[in-house]
Amino acid sequence: MIGLYVPGDSFLHRAPAGVKLLVLAAGLAAFGLLRGLGAVVVAAAVEVGLALAAGLGPRTVLAHLRPLRWILIVIGSLQAWLSGWQPAVVVCGSIVVAVLGASLVTLTTRTEDLLTALERGLGPARHLGVRPDRVALVLALVVRAVPVLSRIAGEVHQARAARGAQRSMRAFAVPFVIRSVRYADRLGEALAARGVDD
Amino acid sequence: MRGALSARDLALVAVFAALIVVLGEAGTLYPFGAVVPITAQTLGVMLAGSVLGARRGLLAVGAFEVLVAAGLPLLAGGRGGLGVFTGPTAGFLLGWLPGVVVVGLIARWALRAAGTRGLIPRLLVAHTVGGVAVVYALGVPMLAVQTQVSISRALAISAVYLPGDAVKVVLASVVTAAVVRGYPRVLAQDR
Repeated sequence: MIGLYVPGDSFLHRAPAGVKLLVLAAGLAAFGLLRGLGAVVVAAAVEVGLALAAGLGPRTVLAHLRPLRWILIVIGSLQAWLSGWQPAVVVCGSIVVAVLGASLVTLTTRTEDLLTALERGLGPARHLGVRPDRVALVLALVVRAVPVLSRIAGEVHQARAARGAQRSMRAFAVPFVIRSVRYADRLGEALAARGVDD
Repeated sequence: MRGALSARDLALVAVFAALIVVLGEAGTLYPFGAVVPITAQTLGVMLAGSVLGARRGLLAVGAFEVLVAAGLPLLAGGRGGLGVFTGPTAGFLLGWLPGVVVVGLIARWALRAAGTRGLIPRLLVAHTVGGVAVVYALGVPMLAVQTQVSISRALAISAVYLPGDAVKVVLASVVTAAVVRGYPRVLAQDR
């Protein structure tokens, strides 16, 4: 499965995932406390600088902001109408800054590295009965199961079309879920045979 | 603690997380022909709760969200990464976690209390409360905070998704009832 990571060799790429996560959290917390036009301008400038330093093109970065376009239009015009243009700029700017900062971490950090950082963070949860090795196993199984379920969905679609029930969502969802559960049963037996229950 | 999860539990958790992914793929589910594509991922969350129960359902949704946060584009429309957790709609995504627990708890009660009769109305309650009300209870205030509007305005903005949610509530209930009837083994070993 292809992640959103963009390969590179900048200092941002080389920085440890855990450090990037902590800096992001601290940065967004500070930004939330300051909140204002000045904070937006400074934070946006820092983020654009980091994106340039990481060698990320405007297209790559804007692709991450694209899903925000409708909410920005709605909120921007609502705020401009209710409270004036400056609050509108601050609110929309704050949303962009928060999403862009997080996207910089996503774009410069491998999925495996983020998961490893998470596993390390889960360490203390061991005392609560969380087993990091099992967490890693389940996540790997999800990635493995997606193409299998995609194929099942395709087959169920064809079967539904053959029965002339294209419009019935039920005629898709019921067999899709039952076949998925059957697949899970086989997968569970295979795991048990490999000693996962021990 | 109620004991470790069996291998079958782990498999069901992983497969339902994958089911949420696949329900977000384009073209999986078109309620009104191909005119209005709705993202069916909330349907997957509801089903994880009612079919797997609160505990395994929570783990399935959690696994899905961890992979999204780690940078896999698994949300509908190929979205993913940490940005979706810092954006204005993050509350809806986080609301799936308590949401699936509530769906699971009410659905378990529904399955125990009801025979075949009266099962679907109870499941409708489970999916409405857990899959919609709880999700909105987190999503709307977080949207209001990030966009600096009142709760009622944030609710009005979110209301465009309510018709789609209603469709998913009905579908999830009908599907759960059919799955329980057609494949009762899924509920065995349930905790």
